[in-house]
Amino acid sequence: MKRTTTLLTGVALATGLAGAAIADSHDPFQVGFIYVGPTGDFGWTYEHDQGRLAVEEAYGDQVETVYLENVPEGADAERAITTMILGGADMIFTTSFGYMEATNAVAAQFPDVLFEHATGYLREHPNVSTYSARFYEGRAVLGHIAGHMTESNTIGYIASFPIPEVIRGINSAYLHARAVNPDVEMRVVWVYTWFDPAVEADAAQALIDAGVDVLMQHTDSTAPQAVAQEAGIISFGQASDMAQFAPAPRVASIIDNWAPYYIERVGQAIEGTWEQADTWDGIGPGMVEIGEMTETIPAEVRESAQAMIDAIAAGEYHPFTGPINRQDGTAWLAEGEVADDGTLAGMDFYVEGITGEIPN
Amino acid sequence: MIIDPVTLIVALITISTPVLLAALGELVVEKAGVLNLGVEGMMIMGAVCGFIVANLTGSPTLAFLAGMAGAAALSAVFAILTQFLMSNQVATGLALTLFGLGLAALLGVGYEGQPIPDVAKPLPEMLRTIPVIGPILLSHDLVTYIAIFAVFAIWYVLKHTRLGLVIRAVGESHDAAHALGYKVIRIRFAAILFGGAMAGLGGAFLSVVYVENWVQGMTAGAGWIALALVVFAAWKPGRVLFGAWLFGGIAALQLRLQAAEIGVPVALLDASPYLVTIIVLVIMSSDRARTALNAPAALGKTFHATG
Repeated sequence: MKRTTTLLTGVALATGLAGAAIADSHDPFQVGFIYVGPTGDFGWTYEHDQGRLAVEEAYGDQVETVYLENVPEGADAERAITTMILGGADMIFTTSFGYMEATNAVAAQFPDVLFEHATGYLREHPNVSTYSARFYEGRAVLGHIAGHMTESNTIGYIASFPIPEVIRGINSAYLHARAVNPDVEMRVVWVYTWFDPAVEADAAQALIDAGVDVLMQHTDSTAPQAVAQEAGIISFGQASDMAQFAPAPRVASIIDNWAPYYIERVGQAIEGTWEQADTWDGIGPGMVEIGEMTETIPAEVRESAQAMIDAIAAGEYHPFTGPINRQDGTAWLAEGEVADDGTLAGMDFYVEGITGEIPN
Repeated sequence: MIIDPVTLIVALITISTPVLLAALGELVVEKAGVLNLGVEGMMIMGAVCGFIVANLTGSPTLAFLAGMAGAAALSAVFAILTQFLMSNQVATGLALTLFGLGLAALLGVGYEGQPIPDVAKPLPEMLRTIPVIGPILLSHDLVTYIAIFAVFAIWYVLKHTRLGLVIRAVGESHDAAHALGYKVIRIRFAAILFGGAMAGLGGAFLSVVYVENWVQGMTAGAGWIALALVVFAAWKPGRVLFGAWLFGGIAALQLRLQAAEIGVPVALLDASPYLVTIIVLVIMSSDRARTALNAPAALGKTFHATG
């Protein structure tokens, strides 16, 4: 097994060098981005595009970037990625979970092209890396604020697809809301889309009608913010700052800051030092940021939230620290035990206290 | 926890408004014998034009007019191609959707997240506080009332007026209508423009009132549901209203069932509007006589004036 790993690393190095060779043959180095939504969603895709612009800024004439918006997840993505490579891309960032199989399939056909797949776990070929952010660290902070802010003791959560990343976020938010407010309940609505403003707005309204007064979302558009504003409840920016809804309803936000990672990886690719990697960074390295906490949040809550941010950044606190039971009551983490990355990456269960069911 | 029927009804009426408007427009177009599959493209043009004008002028009225005008302009392209240049309606309609989505994305660059004025509700706040009746009947936006009024207006015009008779004649047999001296192409052109304006108003409602933002691809298939609705409703305005509320009701209900943590298979509920449409289509097509009565006989056929 160890030998295989070495071999793979060797191939990865060779591929890296090959990538560099290509870069020399046709300057500038072309980097492609595949987006699941429009760059103007002011959420998920917007932040990836900010990362792309940061790469252009950092390397100037050395790089050229191209991107494709609104690429459907699934088989169609394969065509989009291939088209981009045939157009001359040397490196491709595929920025949604659902591109996982497509990315690996295309990577097999183009061993000289480097692939970076966001939020996935499949690295079937030496030229595929995966990267994600520990959004659950941010969710912990938002959950903490939400637990303090809710008066109806009901928090609403607009969830996209029942995949580990989303379930992790729900669990993290719930645990930290309950820590400060034992009576808190979490209502989850699954919309089965990353981006559909009308459906997201419908879901927000449904949750508000069900009595929630704090709204969290794991979808990409700002539509739920507008509904929250109208209903006079509070909400949190998702993926991007969504500052246009501050100081209320948006009282804080999770910002995905991809720029440092993109700059680093593109730099390595240009130099030929790129290697296959599985990156999972959080608040500490700055991949996850908490947007400005507005005055709507009481000062002492802002302070305790900031303390949590600092503790997570310093590595002193892990949002999944035992004792934590699974939803069915069985023990998951013992007192003081910290969740391992493997379990977190494949999380397919709710923690104890959440009353809903994960759809299958 | 149980689901509050009042908020459910309010939600379903709001949710169904864009689709209802677009479907009513398409109904008139199809009654005139034209199949315009570009509803999605026209809706998104309405959404972007409405949003841009709302942002620039601050006037919701102008925004709705702009949404209607923008979508009608796009439908004019379809009308010129299919009526004067005799192009295939199905292919042209599909192309119109793709073109509309692209053009709207281009026009909307830079407008995402821009501020727009709040749209005031037409009836005074006081009326909305009346229990049950207030929220269900008196709390809606003007466009929603227009959509419901349009159901009755279109039913009346098609059924009881000379104009309606002419439109239906053109849709049933363009050759006969032509022989009687009616300007088939002119009437169809006007119907297509009307369909475009209605789809545009639906799109503008989505961006200016409902989501209060412009985002690319925001109609997300609403135009296709509108097309399905027309067939589902067997080209009857009253049934379009029923169908729109049924589809909207299912969408609103499934989200509320989830929020209330009532265990129902969400995927099944989500798919049910499409299942219902298929079932209705099967039932309709099993009875030839009834189909013949309902579907305009000249639907989708190109008219070429001879003699």
